[in-house]
Amino acid sequence: MVPVLVGMTIIVFSIIHAIPGDPAETILGQKATEQSKEALREQLGLNNPWYQQYFSYMGDLLKGDLGQSIRTRVPIAQEITPYLAATAELTVAAMAFAIFFGVNAGIISAWKQNSWFDYICMLIALIGVSMPIFWLGLMEQWIFSLKLHWLPSIGRMNQRDPVEAVTNLYVIDSIIAGRWDQLWTVCRHLILPSIALGTIPMAVIARMTRSSMLEVMNSDFVRTAKAKGLSQFIVIYKHALKNAFIPVLTVIGLQTGALLGGAVLTETIFAWPGVGRYIYEAISSRDYPVIQSGILVIAFIFVIINLIVDLLYAAVDPRIRYR
Amino acid sequence: MAEATTASTNTSTAVPAEKVSGPWRDAWKAFRKNKIAMAGLIMIVFFILIAILAPVIAPYEFDKQVLRDRLKPPSSSHWFGTDDLGRDLFTRVLYGARISLWVGTFSVVGSIILGTFLGILAGFYGKWIDMVISRLFDILLAFPSILLAIAIVAILGPSLQNALLAIAIVNIPTYGRLVRAKVLSLKNEEYITAARAIGMKNSAILLRHILPNSLTPIIVQGTLGIATAIIEAAALGFLGLGAQPPTPEWGKMLSDSRQFIATAPWTVVFPGISIMLTVLAFNLMGDGLRDALDPRMKS
Repeated sequence: MVPVLVGMTIIVFSIIHAIPGDPAETILGQKATEQSKEALREQLGLNNPWYQQYFSYMGDLLKGDLGQSIRTRVPIAQEITPYLAATAELTVAAMAFAIFFGVNAGIISAWKQNSWFDYICMLIALIGVSMPIFWLGLMEQWIFSLKLHWLPSIGRMNQRDPVEAVTNLYVIDSIIAGRWDQLWTVCRHLILPSIALGTIPMAVIARMTRSSMLEVMNSDFVRTAKAKGLSQFIVIYKHALKNAFIPVLTVIGLQTGALLGGAVLTETIFAWPGVGRYIYEAISSRDYPVIQSGILVIAFIFVIINLIVDLLYAAVDPRIRYR
Repeated sequence: MAEATTASTNTSTAVPAEKVSGPWRDAWKAFRKNKIAMAGLIMIVFFILIAILAPVIAPYEFDKQVLRDRLKPPSSSHWFGTDDLGRDLFTRVLYGARISLWVGTFSVVGSIILGTFLGILAGFYGKWIDMVISRLFDILLAFPSILLAIAIVAILGPSLQNALLAIAIVNIPTYGRLVRAKVLSLKNEEYITAARAIGMKNSAILLRHILPNSLTPIIVQGTLGIATAIIEAAALGFLGLGAQPPTPEWGKMLSDSRQFIATAPWTVVFPGISIMLTVLAFNLMGDGLRDALDPRMKS
């Protein structure tokens, strides 16, 4: 894992150096004076040899220093925290949606293989994996906010009456503050973006659960469990699911990572103040330190998620522990 | 053999026996039986025809602005309505098929060429070459692909070409790993040892034996990869990092029209449905190809 992490820092470090021509001119625009360009080069350390730059960059990273935003002049490590929390909240909600509906749809499809429920579920799953999330988001906004007025179309909560930010996870913050009215609004704001973000993972999880369950359902121990007279519900959710879950878990991990990328699109559409939007805005204002650090943080989280999935394997499947 | 003779007598022209059966023919038979996969193939052919014939079918020019016809709903003169600059949406959606298929296909071809090259190097030569290349793949895969593509376009500047390049680069490891694994499993096969024993050169072994045998997983993955690439290109276009105006790219059309969604929903509905159907077609066909070409699933 360490070589991957180091490699990631090299790639992210190279972003600013790969800009064709003079990075300082690209960032500041062609009208910038030589003086301001020189000052920026000095600030970014671009005048030093590249290996020196890289080592000081690594040194800063190890100290938890992610650099400074060119646009706001605020340290990125400090600025990014609320954005990260917003993305975390959205990701968790989207994944909860995807896992609950995906796993259950997959199980029932396998259980009632070749029934109309199975066909409809797999058709929805097929359409789901082919759905551009930004389009799904726009359609949701159109139907559920603009036409039916059921749910809010943008933002995280009622901004005129905010809850004090403690964790920046607004669901938790409103519980801490005991503001049940705000909790309700926060949850309502979460629904549309998490469905948009969670649809692809849901479809992938449903397909994987179905095929994995079908394999397990034909095995001897499931037949034994059935023969013992256990109820169908217990056979499926306890005996079969436990054994079918490893490939599903892999997919869940991979999809959570992909979701972090999809967050850029969802957050742009729903004006969700998360890391994706933070990076997107940095791109339009050529704030390269923010682009670098934002991408690095997301990639780092991605690697951590994969590590957690690996550890979960051992928890789910004792055979892996003894290997 | 009996089957082969009856088959050849049934056709009017004599077909050589070896053409009647064979891995590709079996695959095609299996593929043809798969109704969903055939639906995918037919949809793809349909979209390709649209892309080729766009200038013939399209009733207007894709960048012709008629300002008094702004945001007109679908009608007999404008089947899909018009956008905020009075351009005919049906025309623009037709031309959009060209761009999406072009970007999807060529980015995947690029990823396959580079991925196969690196995968073969890693798998066949092993040792430090393998270590370096495999680590590189791990690192590239450690980034969510759309994010890495965004970063590449942010460096090179927004344009359709750069979006294509970025999508090609981020998908290299998918094919690289696939080919590497295949090469590793083939390397110790007896016929490779035999080829080596009769003094065949490495390059000849690679070209004559290993490459053809690695083709199946690449074709399957490539078909599914076009679906992903089309979505990624549309996403970059949507973020303003892909095609630039007035190019009729589906993702860009969505982002240009999203502010009119309440008053002119057709401007958002049609480009989106087009992306979805094209992607769906490639996913269906990819799934079908996997079932047809993967002998493990044949039983």
